[in-house]
Amino acid sequence: MVPKNRAFCEKAEKVRFLLVEDNAELAQTVQARLTLDGHGVDWAASLDAAEDHLATAAYDLILLDIMLPDGDGRDFLAAHRRARRDTPVIVMTARSAVSDRVALLDTGADDYITKPFDFAELEARVRAVLRRRGGAAQTVQTFADLIFDPLAATVAVDGEARELRNRELRLLEVLMSAPERIYSKTQLCDRLFSAAESVSDNAIEVYVARLRRKLDGSRARIETVRGVGYRLTVA
Amino acid sequence: MRAAAPGSIRRRLLLQLLGGAAVLSVLLYLSVRGVSRSAVEQTQDSILGAATIAVAEQLRGTDEGVDIDIPYTAFSMLGAVGQDRVFYRIIVDGADLTGYADLPAPDDAPPGLNPLFYSRPYQQALVRLAAVNRPVIAGGHTAQVQVIVGQTRSAQEAIVADMAWRAAALGLGFFALAALLAVLTTRSVVRPLDRLAGALGRRGPQDLRPVTQPVPVELAPLTAALNGFIARLSGALKRTETFIAEAAHHIRTPLATLRARAEIALRQTQDEATRASLREVIRAVDDSARAAGQLLEHAAVVYRSDQRAEAPLDLAALLRDIGQSYAPAADMADVALAVSVPDSAVMLTADRLLVETALRNLVDNAIKYSGPDGRVEMGLGVAQGRATIRIADRGRGLSGASLADLTGRFRRGRNVEDVVGSGLGLTIVQEVARAQRGRFTLRERDGGGSCAELTLPLD
Repeated sequence: MVPKNRAFCEKAEKVRFLLVEDNAELAQTVQARLTLDGHGVDWAASLDAAEDHLATAAYDLILLDIMLPDGDGRDFLAAHRRARRDTPVIVMTARSAVSDRVALLDTGADDYITKPFDFAELEARVRAVLRRRGGAAQTVQTFADLIFDPLAATVAVDGEARELRNRELRLLEVLMSAPERIYSKTQLCDRLFSAAESVSDNAIEVYVARLRRKLDGSRARIETVRGVGYRLTVA
Repeated sequence: MRAAAPGSIRRRLLLQLLGGAAVLSVLLYLSVRGVSRSAVEQTQDSILGAATIAVAEQLRGTDEGVDIDIPYTAFSMLGAVGQDRVFYRIIVDGADLTGYADLPAPDDAPPGLNPLFYSRPYQQALVRLAAVNRPVIAGGHTAQVQVIVGQTRSAQEAIVADMAWRAAALGLGFFALAALLAVLTTRSVVRPLDRLAGALGRRGPQDLRPVTQPVPVELAPLTAALNGFIARLSGALKRTETFIAEAAHHIRTPLATLRARAEIALRQTQDEATRASLREVIRAVDDSARAAGQLLEHAAVVYRSDQRAEAPLDLAALLRDIGQSYAPAADMADVALAVSVPDSAVMLTADRLLVETALRNLVDNAIKYSGPDGRVEMGLGVAQGRATIRIADRGRGLSGASLADLTGRFRRGRNVEDVVGSGLGLTIVQEVARAQRGRFTLRERDGGGSCAELTLPLD
């Protein structure tokens, strides 16, 4: 069975990041990690390189380190805002004190995340920033008779919008990114829970059951593949 | 070297100036009185001397002896001075010719027509006397004639007393003027000091700008030293800040790499044992990063408790702000975060960073210990001049631990081993409550979970 909309099977970039970070190891790791979730990441090792990237491509979000070889990320941020460029910026800071947070937000950062960070948290913050900015980074996705709006956190069945809580939303996002593909419980757990949480793989069953209730009445359904996992399919 | 006596520069300066003025006034009084007395005396003496000489010049030698026609006009010269009595005595070769025979003679012989002045008590008064000698040729030989004229000095005393009063009045007037000048001088000398102290006193604890107050040149070394000190202090603070920032950067960046690598590995492995150890690695990274962060935060709270930067703070807006910034974290943990605060501002004077740090720790705890599908409620109530911030969850509760058990440094509950934490969060909240003169309580909720309350005094 072939879904009507194949676009989501071709690893479409969900969010296009510009990562400004001078530490090559961290940058490459973050790049690899975000790519795993289907995002596109360009890496700039300095503020100059970041300017070059911004001049030639459009990004949904900038991930900005503070201490860079050719300057302070905060100055870059201030200049970015003065130039009225509205690409959202999430600052990666090594400091967690409230005073630093207040100063960063005053400078014009949309949010900040403290190193070392949890990618599930980063994703949640990115989503919150894009939702707040009304960014058009993620377009509405459709599958069968489902209309899924990740930014609004709703799924519409037959024109009736239903709100999704965070983990239901992420579960549907994963399943819709490759309909018909079978995901194991482990794979889904990795996408739904913070890596620091100790959860059993069976915890996923709770969220699958909830999502099924939200999709009630749709032709799309989540099918249990016994002994393997789950997949999204059309009845 | 003896340490300079402390005390008030104003008082010391005023006392010194007034003391100097008093000494000068007394000296002025004494010298005016002395000069006027001697001037009066000299005047009187020269009149007395002139009278005596005038009498002596009326001496005439005859064949019988020495004759004199007393020139009363000479005495009227003396009488003009006042109601003084005048005496005279003329002695010719040791024998009284005329006058008051008991008028005291001088001890030494007067040198010719130059009057010899002396004072003697006579007829119940002190009498000033002048004596001259004049040789007169009479009866074929030279007779030595001594003329003594005396006068009481009551008029002179009256003049001298009058002069003394005037001198005293002059001295007092001088003192009063000098005192006024002393007060004005003291005020103008101390004013720049007062202004400098006032400008420094009005500064907030974080204000490390150099002193630019215009000061007299004498104070310039003080302000220069002060500015040098301020510059060194802010330099040291900046270096410490930079050091902490760089240390945090260099420690946390590799930790971030490590954590991200572990997450990627977790994604790529199916083996349960390996996944479990990768999760352990991630938890350990989070634990150490959190402990480092909380230690710095605790140090910052302790430091700021002594150096509070108090300013008006709207608690309602702060709670809404914190609620918004924790929304993604709550969302991720599938915890509903409900913020119910009054629409109007709830103002108090407090150090925003202290209060915000405490509240963030409480909200962070509530979300962390809630578990999936939990609900965290942030509320704000005002009663009896106090604002109470309530942060309640339906999490695992305190399992019987008391507030004292949990607010000790590095103390954690017995039921939280599976959650990342440093054991400093509640210590920080307690420190903040103390610094802001508030109260922090933590209790089990009926029906499970815990409820933290931070009560702060309103203005």
